[in-house]
Amino acid sequence: MKRHTISVLVENHPGVLARIAGLFSGRGFNIESLSVGETEDPTASRMTVVVRGDDLILEQVTKQLNKLVDVIKVSDLTKEQFIERELVLIKVSADGKSRSEILQICDIFRARIVDVAPKTVTIEVTGTEDKIDALVNMLKPFGIREMARTGSVALTRTPK
Amino acid sequence: MKRMSGAEILVESLRKEGVDTIFGYPGGVMLGIFDKLYDAPIRVVLPRHEQAAAHAADGYARASGKVGVCMSTSGPGATNLVTGIATAYMDSVPIVALTGQVATPLIGGDAFQEADITGITRPITKHNYLVKDVGELARTIKEAFHIASTGRPGPVLVDLPKDVTTNETEFKYPKTVDLRGYKPKYQGHPRQIKRAAEAISKSERPVIYAGGGVISSGASQELAEFAHKTRAPVALTLLGLGAFPASDPLFMGMLGMHGTKCANSAVSACDLLIAIGARFDDRVTGKVDKFAPDACISHIDIDPAAISKNVVVDIPIVGDVKTILQELIPLVTTCASEQWLEQVAKWKKEFPLTYDRKAKTIKPQYVIEQIWEATHGEAIIATEVGQNQMWAAQFYKFEHPRTFLSSGGLGTMGYGFPAAIGAQVACPDKLVFDIAGDGSFQMNIQELATVARLRLPVKVAILNNRFLGMVRQWQKLFYGGRYSSTCLADNPDFAKVADAFGAKGIKITEKRDVRPAIDEAINTAGPVVLDFIVEREENVMPMVPAGAAISEMIMEA
Repeated sequence: MKRHTISVLVENHPGVLARIAGLFSGRGFNIESLSVGETEDPTASRMTVVVRGDDLILEQVTKQLNKLVDVIKVSDLTKEQFIERELVLIKVSADGKSRSEILQICDIFRARIVDVAPKTVTIEVTGTEDKIDALVNMLKPFGIREMARTGSVALTRTPK
Repeated sequence: MKRMSGAEILVESLRKEGVDTIFGYPGGVMLGIFDKLYDAPIRVVLPRHEQAAAHAADGYARASGKVGVCMSTSGPGATNLVTGIATAYMDSVPIVALTGQVATPLIGGDAFQEADITGITRPITKHNYLVKDVGELARTIKEAFHIASTGRPGPVLVDLPKDVTTNETEFKYPKTVDLRGYKPKYQGHPRQIKRAAEAISKSERPVIYAGGGVISSGASQELAEFAHKTRAPVALTLLGLGAFPASDPLFMGMLGMHGTKCANSAVSACDLLIAIGARFDDRVTGKVDKFAPDACISHIDIDPAAISKNVVVDIPIVGDVKTILQELIPLVTTCASEQWLEQVAKWKKEFPLTYDRKAKTIKPQYVIEQIWEATHGEAIIATEVGQNQMWAAQFYKFEHPRTFLSSGGLGTMGYGFPAAIGAQVACPDKLVFDIAGDGSFQMNIQELATVARLRLPVKVAILNNRFLGMVRQWQKLFYGGRYSSTCLADNPDFAKVADAFGAKGIKITEKRDVRPAIDEAINTAGPVVLDFIVEREENVMPMVPAGAAISEMIMEA
């Protein structure tokens, strides 16, 4: 099943998140990630929803989203050129021996250490889903204690 | 400017929207509003259960084309509306439901009679609101009526916390609505209309499949003109009945599970299917990949999400049915071939809807035919759900839009009687019948008190077979005749029940008494319950078994 990144511009009202989430759950759709935040216009929020599904079902979901009164605009970004980023915090076990190795890996991925403790380091990394998955795979052998992902945020590329 | 309380603002806003009737049931948090309604020029119809208030608002809306309004208190009052709201949602009926809510500081604290009704009704309303500030009230009411009645119509719920109804502000009713996320599209795309016209000109075996959208759009006239010009035979959905006159030679009847053999055969053999204001429901299509298998399909609908939802469409036209037909009509000419029309006429003649007319017992179909004759096909018919609904659809020949009120999408038992009440309130001069089953009628039987109190001349015709007939039919056909929980042999005496409520009750056990009883009911000024003791195990035929193609109909059990 294809991965779709859907950008939904919505009214910044209470209850809107529940409407959108309900639309997906009511159709048995699992949301892979969802992020919400205010836009340049404080009365509107942008939701970025990542889901997997076949094109026909996705088209139906997009149409249903468009029907919601609180939804201003829906775009399936997968159909165009877009930039997608996710921020992740990863707490990894690190002792004297492994710490420098972890730091090297972080360097390669342009990740930053944001907290250090005697037995752990916490890493902040930004990127696409692929990059983050690759970093996570590299860190797994050291022992990932905790991880928090924001989910993707995305915007279309401006045509040049 | 004068300051007004939320309750006053609500009543004034409703008046500005032209509301003449509210189907409402009071309660704790609604005291202020009902106090204002006490001497307002708005009629309040008090049902005996909030579910009936919602169905009555729905019946009012379907019969009149106006927005129906129902009202309940918070908590249980609001949750009792839910089935009625879901019914209206599935059938695209414009109603506004006003619910009381506990005061804003108490919300979320499990207060007495608190329910999160906006949360509960989110998936069954077109939109809903929790008004948190009296300053938002007037605008919210304006938007609610606008959203309910425009685009694809549907129910809108407005939740009114107690303090919002008592707080005061200056009243200014907005003249316009500006919702950037809600701009229904009425004009069809000219290129798509042209493509449809081209497909029509190339077609030899066209079929029109029209539904409730034709009625919502007020496009019956245009549909008739379009059908006559193209000579395309017409099949209607359950909710479409009345959109095209049953007496028209091009009318093939209803299609789908209990449709006519003619309509289903024509859809299965056509080369062009023009779907108008219909949504390819599973009860219509049967097995989807064998539905209109050889046809190019064009679909006219106001709801973009209805396009290619169940069946992939070749030529979609999104917009208002009436507007689009008006543009399409000048572009088309007769396309149906003589051979096709002969074939359709042959199916129609060979496979009419029928039953054993010589039977000595009272056949339910006979009762419907007699009601049709006695009312000259001019009554408003509400139905319950099940066999009674299908027989009414098959044997009452509807000539006009807004005369058939039935819960199609949700299939709500108990809908018909309160819907008939709503229709009778909307159309006081019309004859209104509820064609009921003994099972369904008991789901809102308490409304006998409402018709008796208001002397509403609604006639209830119970096709009493002492079974949950449709489920029994399926048990007979597909579950070896094991009548699990479907026998209602211990029904009460409905004529006596009617009497006790102050309505007239007549029990009919002989075939020869059927017509005189119907005539007596029609000539009675008040409400009447006709309890027809019908053949117990009559089946609705023909039928398409679940999962089969509509070309594979069972004609007899």
